[in-house]
Amino acid sequence: MERYLHIEQAGMIFETRQGAFTALRDINLEIQKGEFVTLIGHSGCGKSTLLNLIAGLTLPTSGYLFLSERQIGGPGPDRGVVFQNHSLLPWLTCFENIHLAVERVFAEKESKAQLRERTQKALEMVGLTQAAEKRPHEISGGMKQRVGIARALAMEPKVLLLDEPFGALDALTRAKLQDELMRIVAATGSTVVMVTHDVDEAVLLADRVVMMTNGPAATIGEILSIDLPRPRERLAMASEPRYLAARKAVLEFLYQKQLKAA
Amino acid sequence: MMTAPITATPEPAATPAAERSATPAVVPHPAAPTRNAAAEQAAANQRIAMRRRTEIAARIAAPLLGILVFLTAWYAISTMGSIPGPAKTWEAAKVVFGDPTYKNGPNDQGIAWKVLGSLERVGIGFGLAALVGIPLGFVIGRFLFLRNMAEPVISLLRPVSPLAWLPIGLLVFKGAAPAAIWTIFISSIWPMVINTAVGVQRVPQDYLNVARVLNLSEWKVFSKILFPAVLPYMLTGVRLSIGVAWLVIVAAEMLTGGVGLGFWVWDEWNNLKVENIIIAIFVIGIIGLALEYTLLMIAKRWQYD
Repeated sequence: MERYLHIEQAGMIFETRQGAFTALRDINLEIQKGEFVTLIGHSGCGKSTLLNLIAGLTLPTSGYLFLSERQIGGPGPDRGVVFQNHSLLPWLTCFENIHLAVERVFAEKESKAQLRERTQKALEMVGLTQAAEKRPHEISGGMKQRVGIARALAMEPKVLLLDEPFGALDALTRAKLQDELMRIVAATGSTVVMVTHDVDEAVLLADRVVMMTNGPAATIGEILSIDLPRPRERLAMASEPRYLAARKAVLEFLYQKQLKAA
Repeated sequence: MMTAPITATPEPAATPAAERSATPAVVPHPAAPTRNAAAEQAAANQRIAMRRRTEIAARIAAPLLGILVFLTAWYAISTMGSIPGPAKTWEAAKVVFGDPTYKNGPNDQGIAWKVLGSLERVGIGFGLAALVGIPLGFVIGRFLFLRNMAEPVISLLRPVSPLAWLPIGLLVFKGAAPAAIWTIFISSIWPMVINTAVGVQRVPQDYLNVARVLNLSEWKVFSKILFPAVLPYMLTGVRLSIGVAWLVIVAAEMLTGGVGLGFWVWDEWNNLKVENIIIAIFVIGIIGLALEYTLLMIAKRWQYD
């Protein structure tokens, strides 16, 4: 079987003024095509560092990361990233923000009309056709994240990387966007790696929950498979024993095995 | 998300434990009886309208009062002797502005020509400064080594009084007019260099990460991310620079002569027409204000948030 995204003995040591700081060690992980993986752990456990390694924004100090058997040596449009604080360019409209990404990936092969159509489709997918000509400061936080997701997906990346994308949103908006993300991922068959600190989010969205031990020198503690059928219905899950058991397992990991002094 | 709904009211203590089930008690909450809502709304609106009227009146009255105090103080000082009062200045102003475009030889021209002459010098000097200063700021902001190189020189030259540069200009350019422009150039360049450089350093890492993730070309990074992100800082630099240039031009013209507001002040001092000096001061102030306001408006156009 062809390996899709796989990480081999990856470690990350930062050089700080206080000397070397080991953020991650011995990370070994394989992610299948079309899989949805969530990374969870206490703050400072290096889950965002791991995501940045996959994105290629930082390079590991030891070990290797491969995507489709090619080593990750830097950032590239085959990995779409959605940042926590949306990172839309405030001087561009929603349409232009997405178009910038589309242009970068497809400009060589497609006509201008096709590029515009792609952008339009991406906006449509997240339900923001109406906001196409709006600037980011004119739309709500939830809408900004949706544009961020549309921008990342419009590049048709091999992996979609989400760094606590809903962390700054209120609980109700977050729930709505989670549902929407599940729908979009189901429709596009995307492979997703998502960093979160929300237990429910981790369990509800994931095929596998990767739980990380506390830093420094954090690594993968446990991996939990969530064998729940999709589509998953939020309300039904509230009384689904398998869901509740999974949720409990994650909570136990975080609050018993990896309890952290606040 | 999965937390149990909060019960609307605490359960009465009398409820036997057996009757409490796992489902939380949800008590419907009827709306309070409506009173005369329409009348209350109307009264509130009236109060708001009244308060707004008072606020507007105060906002207009305060500056007017300020000007009145200023004129009174001016008048009081003028009664003590040498300074002409508001009335005398007004009479003189009617003459000055009555024929703004006359030309009696190279050094005796109407107020409009004087203003234009000064603006032209400022425009050329400042324009050249922008042409050099803004790219310089970008380069200094982008490359640490160049920044460390430039820093000591800029720190040394920036606090030098503008007029100290005038003799150098006279020496190098062998003429009064280019020397004045040179003085404007060298004294107004610093805010643009420094603000642009600071702007480049403050481009949020998030935006640069976007550029890296999208793998944008150098030109796209500059045109779509760097330049728009730096623009507000740059415009602040431009505004400060124009302010400096306008401050300096009057002093420079006093020393170099020619048709312009600075030389006019000096000329009228030699003629002892103090009321014209006061008019010049007002004109200089108003034009400075207009320049500042225009640039503020332009900067506002480029604010994104």
